[in-house]
Amino acid sequence: METQENKTGPMVRVSINGREYHVPQGSTMVQAMWYTGHEVIHGIGCLGGVCGACATVYRMEGDFRLRNALACQTLVAEGMSFSMLDSYPIQRAHYDVAALTDPKEELFTFYPESATCRNCNACTEVCPQGIDVRDAVWRANFGDFKAVADLTMSCVMCGLCVSRCIAEMAPHEIALYARRAYGAKELPFPPNLRHRLDEIHGGAFSGELKRLEGLSPEELKKECEVKS
Amino acid sequence: MAEIVDSFYQGVPSFDESQPPALSPEERSRLLSAFYPDYRPEGKATLKVGANKGMVVPQELANILESRSRIPAPRSLPDHPDHDVDILVIGGGGAGITAALFAAKEGRSVLLATKLRVGDSNTVMAEGGIQAALGEGDSPVEHFRDTFRGGHGENDPALLSVLVAEGPEMVEWLVSRGILFDRDMQGGLSLRKGGGTSRPRLISAKDYTGLELVRVLKEDLMNAPVEILEFSPAVELISGRDGSCVGAVLYDLDSRKNVYVKAKTVILSTGGAGRLHLGGFATSNHFGATADGLTMAYRMGLPLVHPESFQFHPTGVIFPSEMAGMLITEAVRGAGARMYNRHGRRFVNELETRDVVASAIIRECAEGRGVETPSGARGVFLDLVAIDRDSGEGTVAKRFPNIVKLMNRHHVDPTKRPILVYPTLHYQNGGIKSDARARTSVAGLLVAGEVSGGLHGTNRLMGNSLLELFVFGRRAALEAVALSRDRPAFSWKESTLSHIDRFESELLKFRPDQAFPMAPVLFPDYRRKDA
Repeated sequence: METQENKTGPMVRVSINGREYHVPQGSTMVQAMWYTGHEVIHGIGCLGGVCGACATVYRMEGDFRLRNALACQTLVAEGMSFSMLDSYPIQRAHYDVAALTDPKEELFTFYPESATCRNCNACTEVCPQGIDVRDAVWRANFGDFKAVADLTMSCVMCGLCVSRCIAEMAPHEIALYARRAYGAKELPFPPNLRHRLDEIHGGAFSGELKRLEGLSPEELKKECEVKS
Repeated sequence: MAEIVDSFYQGVPSFDESQPPALSPEERSRLLSAFYPDYRPEGKATLKVGANKGMVVPQELANILESRSRIPAPRSLPDHPDHDVDILVIGGGGAGITAALFAAKEGRSVLLATKLRVGDSNTVMAEGGIQAALGEGDSPVEHFRDTFRGGHGENDPALLSVLVAEGPEMVEWLVSRGILFDRDMQGGLSLRKGGGTSRPRLISAKDYTGLELVRVLKEDLMNAPVEILEFSPAVELISGRDGSCVGAVLYDLDSRKNVYVKAKTVILSTGGAGRLHLGGFATSNHFGATADGLTMAYRMGLPLVHPESFQFHPTGVIFPSEMAGMLITEAVRGAGARMYNRHGRRFVNELETRDVVASAIIRECAEGRGVETPSGARGVFLDLVAIDRDSGEGTVAKRFPNIVKLMNRHHVDPTKRPILVYPTLHYQNGGIKSDARARTSVAGLLVAGEVSGGLHGTNRLMGNSLLELFVFGRRAALEAVALSRDRPAFSWKESTLSHIDRFESELLKFRPDQAFPMAPVLFPDYRRKDA
């Protein structure tokens, strides 16, 4: 719950940006920051796990492993230390999807580093969405953009994969390129959309829409069967 | 936390799948007037100042409309603006991005300013889809009729006609930019059914529709000749000598300094109001949805249409409590999900319009048939298990992967357990009055998206808001291009903030103690008050 309540339940000990606090059990990382008085502006967006603003790095006490998560989606736990990674620097390709002529080859023009994957799998292990990122990068390299689309549809562009990549590429940007090229260049144009556009351009509906627009409010309500 | 969830789910009743009671038109009206928050008298205020003086609106909305500026009096502008552009787009959600892209294509100088990052908006969170009348036996005319009926006949027919007629062309644009909508066996766009529609008309990208749209269009914007200022919300509009709009004051959240923009045309696309938590409701909206555009425009004298009308989406998660407000898309009900009260009985046809379904849930909870959570909140069960049973094992996972992923993180597997839901504040049905060319009553000021009003009447149908962003985002851009080309040159020296002075002096007649809240509020403050 984002609204502030006086929580009286059990508390857990956490460390936020290196400082120790006690916060209510059951809070998300973002809620823990609010509870401790942080004004969170960088690193917050939808609070619903889809905008990718709240990438966070954390460790649990007694465990050497470095973990990552989305702060709005992850509950705090006893002994957790975390810091937000508000924005991870990336290099983005400058291209117009409509102007691509050989998208599979052009991948290596825009993202030559994509061919340097060393198969360490760190990107896949870090992904908070559970995407097989390493596989997606290889599929992109082999030109199987449909597979990239299927593998990466849930990508929230948080950039955590970039933070771990030993080849220093930006897998989420490579996947975005592959998905767009697949949608714009490989998939045939939808026939039902083509058909309807032809009808619209032929003026099939303009007369009827004009007539509806011209009715009095009462006539229009009657015509459209407005019930209440 | 898993134990709390497990123990809660031990109390789930067995579900009786018999049909829910059908509603006559009279019963539907009575249900709405008795339980829908728009029609309830509590928590409301009568506006005393401004273009909508005399109207009754939610108290929280009145607070931000009848508010004092973040810029203290005496107000003056610097000798020179920090930016001087043809077109200023305020807001970086779907409408703003679309407007900026189409304006930049016409070679005008465009500055887009937004509160958080580009794309941080309600658009990115949209799960369900976009309405586009593509099916056999469907047409833009049927789309018009359904929307007008769903909006209780309060929709502006001129806006609605544009929406339905231009919708498919905007879908063509989206497809051409590489957006991956779900396809049917023939390679056409898959059409799904939403509440209140007579035909399947929703196109979607699984339940990531908004995310897919924003990822792609944001990349296009970053690659377009548009200047972008992130973390720079607008806090005031600027008036010209003739009462027109000639720019805006932005507030840089990092340097905490005001930034002054002179613009020949301003497109306001600041979105909705969910984070005002009207009536204490949880919200599905993003962190910055505080109706800043309404505040700024109201001060400048612009009238709002249906400012009293909000959409409470029927199915927001209410348990586990850390997820409160998160939306479960209406598409699950279109796919066959059912709702049950604490006795395991269905209580409303799940495909009624959103306001009717929300009212029915509120009624069940108010009359003791709601399910109580460990923290004392109430809700009803939304059962997706039936979808897999009706349409085959794996359907939920395939069509709603986001819901499955998010709920599983909190120990609720929606293919096995029903989700406890309660209405969540979702959408501002009304907004700034505008015409079919996105123009407002103030010259030089255009609007697009959720901040605008009139299109949806007093109840929006699913999928029409995403469509609106593209149709009217583009229209606003084309109008802005023409306006900025034709507008005679004017001097920055003529610019003022005098409309704020005038508005505040009106306010002071009612509250000489000056105890007005300050707005735009920019963000809700969830920090512990006694910290």
